[in-house]
Amino acid sequence: MIPVTPPPTETAARPPREKKSLPSFVWPLMALATILVIVGLIEPAFFSIRIVEGRLYGSLVDIVYRGTPIMLIALGMAVVIGTSGIDLSVGSVVAIASAVMAHYIHEGWDPASVIAISLAAGLACGLWNGFLVAALGIQPIIATLILMVAGRGMALMINGGRIPTFRSDFFSFVSSGSIWIIPTRLFLVVGVALILWALLRRTAFGLFVEAVGANPSAARLTGIATRTVTLGAYGIAGVCAALAGLVITGDTRSSDAVNVGMWSELDAILAVVLGGASLSGGRIYLATTLLGVLIIQSLTTSILMTGLPPEYNLVVKAVVILAVLLIQAPKLRIQVANLAAAFRGRGAK
Amino acid sequence: MTRTRLLGTVAFGLGIAFATSASALTIGFSQVGSEGDWRPAFSQSMKDVAAKRGIELKFSDAQGKEENQLKAVRSFIAQKVDAIIIAPVVVTGWDAVLKEAKAAKIPVFLADRDVDSDPGLFVTRISADFNLEGRLAGAWLAQASKGKCNVVELQGTVGSAPALQRKKGFESVTALFPDIKIVKSQSGDFTTAGGKEVTESFIKATNGFKGICAVYAHNDNMQLGAIQAMKEAGLKPGKDFLMVSVDGVPDMFRSLVAGEANASVELKSDIGGPIYDVVEAYLKGKTDWPKWVLIDSDLHTQADAAAELAKRGLK
Repeated sequence: MIPVTPPPTETAARPPREKKSLPSFVWPLMALATILVIVGLIEPAFFSIRIVEGRLYGSLVDIVYRGTPIMLIALGMAVVIGTSGIDLSVGSVVAIASAVMAHYIHEGWDPASVIAISLAAGLACGLWNGFLVAALGIQPIIATLILMVAGRGMALMINGGRIPTFRSDFFSFVSSGSIWIIPTRLFLVVGVALILWALLRRTAFGLFVEAVGANPSAARLTGIATRTVTLGAYGIAGVCAALAGLVITGDTRSSDAVNVGMWSELDAILAVVLGGASLSGGRIYLATTLLGVLIIQSLTTSILMTGLPPEYNLVVKAVVILAVLLIQAPKLRIQVANLAAAFRGRGAK
Repeated sequence: MTRTRLLGTVAFGLGIAFATSASALTIGFSQVGSEGDWRPAFSQSMKDVAAKRGIELKFSDAQGKEENQLKAVRSFIAQKVDAIIIAPVVVTGWDAVLKEAKAAKIPVFLADRDVDSDPGLFVTRISADFNLEGRLAGAWLAQASKGKCNVVELQGTVGSAPALQRKKGFESVTALFPDIKIVKSQSGDFTTAGGKEVTESFIKATNGFKGICAVYAHNDNMQLGAIQAMKEAGLKPGKDFLMVSVDGVPDMFRSLVAGEANASVELKSDIGGPIYDVVEAYLKGKTDWPKWVLIDSDLHTQADAAAELAKRGLK
């Protein structure tokens, strides 16, 4: 064995929390502003907002508007990640909710019942994930992978292997309509965010979730019903994903089980991370998670606006996201400094 | 039929139990999966026509995975079917299994997509021509716009054969008209949601489609998304803008009837008949097939959309 100098220790890399001088939302906000300004310079029409067909109209509106499904999913994801879990199945839950919705619209159910059963399907999916994680102790990434793979197949079965289309004034109003000049779906996101905020910050539930995420053993020993908390977190993620499914399906008026919500789990996880949360859990940031979604969506929308050849879409997106993540990481600088110190130390020996 | 009769006679000699199974043609068909509107319809056509003609069809859905297809083809070989039809998931990796089929003297036919193998290993490929579909769409647009048009293009999934060829075919025709230009082009991933989002951005980037005269989409689902986006922005697709796309799905015919779209090149899905025609003729002894048997494309407009819907028993 060759004696190896131990890597810079964990304790050295972890700065005291109180040292942070800037509030957590500053970095994501700056990243978002930078992206918007750059695109605005390339394409001045980007900032124009008008009222067309009785509602707000413009690229900035599009970013918020198109971001809503991922916002809904990411809010649920933020809670699950808070428990130091992860939910890979949300994209498939979107597909299942979408298929259930299309099916019961065709059955002639009234909108309220359709919404109820679609959300119930989402809740059931979430609870199933929670059951696997909390009761059977399966690692979250594996437990939710099961539904991620199987869910799309189930949605495809409900759709009978086709893409059912429908007409529903109510769901068109919810998804692509507007109240006064503001798109209806924005009210939905604000509503869900407020409910979650109240649940997490005005009841003990948020504290429990973060306790479970930070240290499950300690949480259990202090008397928190960790299993119930975990189950609840995944249930929330399931319902949020189902809501996103309703919005997307109401928008296109069709349920494309193979494609709907594809890769949305990755966007949602990315948004939570861009929002400053750590995948190791213990922290939930709802507001900055929404900012994270806006960063991702502003990239997508601006790529479409600026006329970049489609072959480069993903590369550009990846590079910008990487840059944003690096800008945002205060640990990076400390680690770079530590590495430099370690090299200097080794050189001295 | 000689082969069938021969098999039947031999089987009859061996016993009644064999005679029932060998009296009909047995064909193995390995399908890609069931994505979109078109492919399930194609599968259904293969099953329906087989039932009508008394062909025993062994159908295998590969669920988008090549290894499932390889397994299915090997099991077809083991079952000694009379012919194998493959709609390949991808173009590569077919050499070994095609050689096994050849060694077992079972003819292989390709449906829809192509493979990257020695052409001697399969009889022929029976499919529509994506490039021709693009050319048809381009020719229709050139005529409808009298050779003067700024086009917005919704591409299919980047790198996929239909997206590449429908783009190339379209451009090969519009290149003949100096005043037809593709001013915006992005991928909508062949989905309604993708087409809608891209179109929304294009509408903003062009300040409400100023100076745009047409939208060309590589499939109908994206075009349906584009129509929704345009209507929501207060534009009139089909009236102020020429809308041309490829596929001919039921909802596109409905949009044509409603006057929201102008033309759709039909990618025929009821192609079981033409495919079995080739297979049966080959088994009867006509072996000199070209390596690509074309299934002709058709172009539908507002004029015949209602009739087409009625023909399909749809509303």
